Amino acid sequence: MSLHWIHVTVSYALVVGGFLILAIATTFRHAAAKRRLAQLDPRAARRGQDRAQDTA
Amino acid sequence: METADTSPGARPLPLSAAPPRAGLHRFANPGRFLQLSGRVLPWLAAAAVLTLGVGLAWGLFLSPPDWQQGETVRILYVHVPMAWLAMGGYAGLAVGSILSLIWRHPLADLACRELSPVGAMATALCLATGSLWGKPMWGTWWVWDARLTSVLVLFFLWLGHAALVRAFDDTERGARMGAILALIGAVNVPIVKFSVDWWNTLHQPASVTRLGAPGLHVDILYPLLVCGLGFSLAFAALVLARTRAAVMERRIRALQLAAARRADIA
Repeated sequence: MSLHWIHVTVSYALVVGGFLILAIATTFRHAAAKRRLAQLDPRAARRGQDRAQDTA
Repeated sequence: METADTSPGARPLPLSAAPPRAGLHRFANPGRFLQLSGRVLPWLAAAAVLTLGVGLAWGLFLSPPDWQQGETVRILYVHVPMAWLAMGGYAGLAVGSILSLIWRHPLADLACRELSPVGAMATALCLATGSLWGKPMWGTWWVWDARLTSVLVLFFLWLGHAALVRAFDDTERGARMGAILALIGAVNVPIVKFSVDWWNTLHQPASVTRLGAPGLHVDILYPLLVCGLGFSLAFAALVLARTRAAVMERRIRALQLAAARRADIA
């Protein structure tokens, strides 16, 4: 692999990796908030599920 | 009306889906925001993954090498979208700050708070990929020319905003300070854009957005535009998902505080 390709590969890895890490962290944070909210306010979670079923 | 946040100084966030009101305040209702964003987010994320898959494969394997720069020109497909997001995202932060300061839009505060770490990441990636491009082309990782320095200032503004809005116990005060910083820092965005025209820089002048015809061949321009669209969609999906999580976390805090108060009274 030439030096030019090494620079290209590292650039792509940095950008894709950065976005991927942030996306995974956001998914975990989002899921944790959703789960905690469903525990604290089960009525609101049920309302949301009903609405989703109605839409489907 | 029931409210979501009881932390000191926080603007009340209505919880239930209230009847629609006029203008942007129609979307200030967190219940409605969660409902709308919950429908949009999966489509936005899917579109981002698809567009990025096509754009990056096109840029990496199908587009031709440059006659002068060779294969290194492929860094363009990740570096330029990061630069667009760094500047465009900051313009979005400035608009959100105006909404927050003038119209006191409660969701604008949360959106700005969640936007700045993503914007800081895009700017850091722009600087890092630029450096990786600069070494083989210019023979140096870094040079203190106007474009590079103004982008570094933009990175510090993003970091400053992210830190400032989190530095106050009073969330509204933090949001107000952050909005003021964002609006002052917005002066830097045209400086970044026009630095290559106003000063003599090692960085090349604009080639895609220059008046008249773009200075790029279509074989390079089209994959660049696809990558730009893909990264913009991914950026928007990330900010939307983070804002959704922040709205839910506020609601959790409010419910925990309400439960603690009830326990105190009992």
